[in-house]
Parts: sequence; C-alpha cells; structure tokens
Amino acid sequence: MDRATLAARLRDILPADAVVAEEEALRPYAGDALTAYRRLPRVVALPRSIEEVQAVMRLCALEGVPVVARGAGTGLSGGALPDESGVLLVLARMNRILDLDPVARTARLEPGVRNLAISEAAAPHGLYYAPDPSSQIACSIGGNVAENSGGVHCLKYGLTVHNLLGVKLITADGELLEIGGAALDAPGLDLLALVTGSEGLLGLVVEVTVRLLPTPAATRVLLAAFDAIDAAADAVAAVISGGIVPAGMEMMDRLAIEAAEDFVAAGYPRDAAAILLCEVDGEPDEVEAQVARVSEILAASGATGIRVARDAAERARFWAGRKAAFPAVGRIAPDYYCMDGTIPRRHLAQVLLEIERLAATFGLAVANVFHAGDGNLHPLILYDANAEGELERAEAFGARILELCVSVGGTITGEHGVGIEKIDQMCVQFSAVELERFHSLKAAFDPNGRLNPGKAVPTLARCAELGGMHVHGGALPHPELERF
Amino acid sequence: MTDCAHELAEQIRAAETSGRPLRIRGGDTRSFLRCDASCDTEVLDVRPHQGVIAFEPAELVLTARGGTPLEEIESTLAEARQCLPFDPPRFAPGSTLGGAVASGLAGPSRPWHGSVRDAVLGVTLLDGRAASGHFGGQVMKNVAGYDVARLNAGAMGALGVLLDISLRVAPVPEQRMTRVLEVGLAEARARMTALARRPLPITGLAWEAGRLRVRLAGSEVGVAAAVAAVGGDACEENDSYWNDLRDVTLAFFAGEGPLWRLSLPVTAPQPDLAANWLLDWGGAQRWCRTDAPAETVLTAAKALGGHAMRQRPTPARSPLPPAMAGLQARIKAVFDPGGILNPGVLYPDLL
Repeated sequence: MDRATLAARLRDILPADAVVAEEEALRPYAGDALTAYRRLPRVVALPRSIEEVQAVMRLCALEGVPVVARGAGTGLSGGALPDESGVLLVLARMNRILDLDPVARTARLEPGVRNLAISEAAAPHGLYYAPDPSSQIACSIGGNVAENSGGVHCLKYGLTVHNLLGVKLITADGELLEIGGAALDAPGLDLLALVTGSEGLLGLVVEVTVRLLPTPAATRVLLAAFDAIDAAADAVAAVISGGIVPAGMEMMDRLAIEAAEDFVAAGYPRDAAAILLCEVDGEPDEVEAQVARVSEILAASGATGIRVARDAAERARFWAGRKAAFPAVGRIAPDYYCMDGTIPRRHLAQVLLEIERLAATFGLAVANVFHAGDGNLHPLILYDANAEGELERAEAFGARILELCVSVGGTITGEHGVGIEKIDQMCVQFSAVELERFHSLKAAFDPNGRLNPGKAVPTLARCAELGGMHVHGGALPHPELERF
Repeated sequence: MTDCAHELAEQIRAAETSGRPLRIRGGDTRSFLRCDASCDTEVLDVRPHQGVIAFEPAELVLTARGGTPLEEIESTLAEARQCLPFDPPRFAPGSTLGGAVASGLAGPSRPWHGSVRDAVLGVTLLDGRAASGHFGGQVMKNVAGYDVARLNAGAMGALGVLLDISLRVAPVPEQRMTRVLEVGLAEARARMTALARRPLPITGLAWEAGRLRVRLAGSEVGVAAAVAAVGGDACEENDSYWNDLRDVTLAFFAGEGPLWRLSLPVTAPQPDLAANWLLDWGGAQRWCRTDAPAETVLTAAKALGGHAMRQRPTPARSPLPPAMAGLQARIKAVFDPGGILNPGVLYPDLL
C-alpha cells in the first residue's frame, strides 16, 4: 500500500497527531542505536492506548502490512529497524505507570515507561526494579521485555525475564493475550519466557507487570587491580566459589581503563592490565563481613591493589568509569562496534588472547569491558567509518569474535539481541532443525510473518548461502543443505 | 552415567510412524499431576539416560541428563556447598531432574530464589518428531533465539523429552534459622507482606493453624540481624518443617479429601470458601482443603486474579481462555505435530 493511502487509512482510526507520513518527519525513526542500519518506514503510528494499537493491528492484518514495534529506540542490534513497506508502531506515548503497589511489591506499566522511572517511582516505598541496562535513563520497559535486557546486576538479580510477572500482548491479528499476571505462575504452558526476548516477532507488548525488590540496606564497592587478565578472571571464579554472589562484578582491560580515566577520571590505576569492580549488598553488618572476605580472596588471587569505596560519592565515581566506558571509548576512535557475546567464564583468558590475535590480523584495536560475574563480554572494536573498508573489516572481526564465543560453549548475544545485526551468526549457533522450530513457533503466533519480518531468525536459505563463509569447527554448519 | 539419546529417539520415531502415543516417565513421583494417567500407553522411560555431564562450581552452572536422580544432583552440588535454588519437592526417592524441571514445581523459597524456569539456562530437547535441538546454553545471559529452554519448565513433557538440562545453581547459605510467631490468618497475611517489603534474608514465609513461620538464610551476621528484626520465637523443627511443606507431607496434607493449590496475588483477599488453609510463598501459594465443588474453587481463584489446581484425588486445572488454548495447542504442534508425547497431560484433548 502506498504511503499516502496507508497514512489516510491510519488517520481514519487514529488521532491526526498519531500518524507521521512526511519523509522529513520519518527520518528520526529510520533506525535505532545501531546506527549503521537505517531505512524509512512507510508510515509511523504513535498510539496512546491498547485500543488504538489493536485498531492499527487489525488494519494491518486486513491489508497485509508488516509491523515493526519500537520503544525508545535505544536497541543495539537493529531490532527496531523499520520495514520499508510497513508501519513502525512507536509505543513511546504509552508511558504511564498504571499502578504501583508497595504491599504486593509490583508495578503495572505501559510499555513506554522508562526503565529508570520505575525505580524512581518505587524509591519512596523502599523498593526498586532490579534490571538496569546501561541505557536505563532512556530505554523503555516494553523494549526491555522484547530484548530480555540485562544490566550490571544480573548475576544476583537476574535478567528482565526473572523480574516479570506478566505481560499483555497484542497478536498480529490484533487480539489481546494476557500472559502471566499478578500471581507467581499461570496455568498451561509458561509463555512468559518465550515472549520475553522475542524481539517483537511474536507480538506487541502493551502492558507489563514487574516485581519490585526491597532496596538493600547497605552497598559497598571494591576496586581491584591486576597485572594480568587471567589473574583477574581467576579472582572472579574464586569469589563465586567462595560462596559469595556479588551484586555486580565488572572487568575492564587496559585500553578500556585508559579511555575511562581520560574521560571521567574515575581513579582507576592506569598501569593495571585489568581491573575488577565488585559490588556487594545486603544488611550492613553482613556487607562489612563480605567486604573483608572478598578483599581476602582478591588479594590471594594476586590483586596488586584493592580499594574499598569509602562513601556513596566514591562508589559513584568507581562506577562512573565503567558506566562511561562506551562513550569513553567513543572519544579515542571515530567509531566503535560493540559486541555482546557471552562465554563460560573459565574460557575468558583464552578468548581475550584470541581477540588480541584477531585484532592484529584485522589491524583494528579493541577495548574489552566484561560483565565478569555472568560471562557477558563487550569487546568494543575501534574503527573509522570514513576510512575505506574499515566498517566491513570491523564487522568481519566482530563476526569472528561471536563465532569464537560459540566455539567455547557461549552465545552470540547475551543481552543486546539478534535483530538485524547478528542474524548471520545465528546460522553458526543454531542447526537447521533448531531454526526450523523457531520459524514454526513464529508461525504459531504470526502465521503470515508480518511482525518485524527479516529479524532475529535467519531463513535456512540465508544460512546455506553463508555456509561457505562461516566454517565452524572445521565443519559446515548445515551439511544437510544444498550449497549454491 | 549413560547416554541413551539414540534409543529414546528410535522409540519416538517408531511411535511417530505408527501414531501410537508415548507416556514419558522418569521416577514416576509426579504422576498425580498428570491428566493422561492411562496405564496401557507405551512408556518412554528416561531413567537410563542419566548422569551429571558438567558441573562448574565457580560458574554456578550444572548440566545433567534428564534421567539423573535428584539425589545424585544434590550430592554433587553439596560437595561444592551449592544447591538447586528452586528447591524442588522430592515426593519420593527416585525423582529425576527431568521430572523436576518438566513439572515446574518449586519449594517454599520460590518468591525469593526464583522458579524452576528462572534457574533453567538451556536444554537439549528431543521432540515429538524425534529431532533433538539445543536451546539456550550454559551461560547466565543468552538472548539468541526464542527461549524454548524455559518454555519447557512446567510443560510436563508436552513438547519433548528433556535430554539434558543446564541450570543455574546457588551457594548453600552459611546459616538457616526459623522463627515462629503466634498469629491468626489475617494478622499473618499483614505480617508476611510487611516482612517481604524489607531487605531481609527471608527464604520462607508460611502460615498454618495460628503459627507464622519465617525462614531466614544467609551469612551468620545477616541472619542474626534479621532475627532481631523479625522477632518471634525459635523453632525446633527448623529444616524438617520446610522440607515437609515442600514435599507436601505435613499433617495438613494428609487424608483423602480434595487438596487444592491456589496461586494468587499476595494481596488478594482470602477466597470465600468453607475450607482449611495453609499459606506458603508469603501468601502467593495457598493450599486449601475443601469439599466445595471444583467449579466453585476455580471460579474463586479466577475472580481473585489467579488460578487453581486440584492435586487430589484427581488433577483439575483452571481452564485456559479460548485464544490462549488455541495458541498453546499450536505451540504443542510445533514440537509434536502427531500428538504422541504425553497427549492430554495438562489438559485432555488439548495439551
């Protein structure tokens, strides 16, 4: 359907200001935080209610128009990249906190509520919402559900999926499904986890019920320096083997440390090969005991220096360097490409060494920041998009890193999602049978494939075509398929 | 430790060809949850497919075959002072890991340490087309592909056999302690929600017959501080009470009369039923002994925003709304189009 006709049909069912169809006005919606990919949607719709979303979905079902959902547009994998023939359904205007019940410790939210706004609203009750992706000031809860977002406190407090009670989902046909609710479980198959992280391919999340946690009485942060990456990795293992589950456990390598120091002067030791940030929380006396115990373990693991933040201000400064790591790296190179592989932590030293070797091969520098507690690695590949061929080299390097993660038993994406960015690496991680089941699951929700088409799960034909490029473990990923 | 994946696949392939259903079984300790309890169906016995495949204490991850006895999992974990965070009921010796995950039942620590689903990181699923696939993995964070692994927690084998399962495990707390407060039901409910709002190391809140029990678990200093905050008296039973609650073997559960489990929002008022109650999970799981008709109990649970399941004498579950029932049947068909694996295990003629 052409732009003018589609816009007119949408204006029949939505208020005039809820439809955007002028080319200039569409530009801000051309992509998400993965800026290398941009294209204009046919039309943008900005509904304010579940009824309006349903009306749009019914129209699109009738006319066979694809629909891509978008929240705040902070996604890092191109999941909200528009479809050129489709409607981009922006849920940002549905941003009300519908209910916050401090007794039940739950909040019922429209999908456009910002992540941080939930904890801000809960704070007066001594409660907070645990998942804290680094974009939490801007990203919305609907997007968090679609991506199963993590953050720096996942090891102890889990991902989005661990902090949800229920969602309301609108299907491709405009039907409203309630999945989960205010109770801790629901009858039949548990679809909550299936829908969480489904990247807008199974349905549109129009309401979310989250659980809130009591704010810990005390929090302390330790900063430890190491003169070798593997010593830092061993220290993480030793802390966890010691029966301590830190609230946060972050690692940065030398290039990331230097970039962060130059940017925010967090007080990190510039001569260290790696630093660890370890946060413990709980009851005050317990936290003091844990700080002592963690210090002992870190020292025994070869830490060359250990500092405990004395007060909230110093704690914030320790974290500032880590939280600013991405923009800090952004200052030392014209562009960077952020990867998101997860590995079993015991392979960390091996994987980092291999990344170093690949960096030399590709002629590109890489800074590593690492959610060390849960094995989620964010190598930042530095490049210059204006230099001939560097983007392609950065992408090829990134692909090799993800394949490396898979080869040690890890995954191509820990928390950023597949989207459009990592769709080819899906062929490395999953077999033809597994991909076929994913497509069939999609069809169980969306038989005509109109929701976020072309994302998250590659077609078998696409994987077969790539087969020659991605030789994994010496074997082609899909020997059963014909090669062209 | 044996790998019988091939034999299991062969049996499924033969069943698929002939169109004869199979009844998946492990330790057969959870059959009271099944609606497909037909004794003349061919059995697919998962018990020979057993053994711990990998256990990395420093990563808090364990991978084991579906037929592995829970006892073996527990003793392996105990050597490293770790445990299953969801603390599954045992019911009887011989329970398997696959059965514990497939039935999706969690113990009294559920509101604080998470559900069975929450602990699942990955599975190898042998589905009704005799095809096996790896979903999820051995790492805490993994968002590649749809979360088929967690979908199988509580699916009662309707989508396939859990060949192997990777779980997130947890350290055993240094200390556990139970406090008892003598209070009536209404007061207990208010106390439970008030306690749960505070940052205390609580891992159990249960009330029956005028006694509210509060289980605390954590470091010695943390538990000592929490004891002062909770008040009440020391409790002699300590672990044994919570184990019996978990395994549904307390005196409350004895007798032939109907036994109902209601899963409700913690703030939902008590259902208006002539019944005897035991509240677990801080009030989110309410056990009920009543002779009220099934329809009355199911309606009451729904009206309060939750659902109900009768576990005795025969299983009965809250019905699925029509659109949801259709969707779940289509999901079943993705993995088991011939309907040969545990047909009707959750809902006769549907799932």
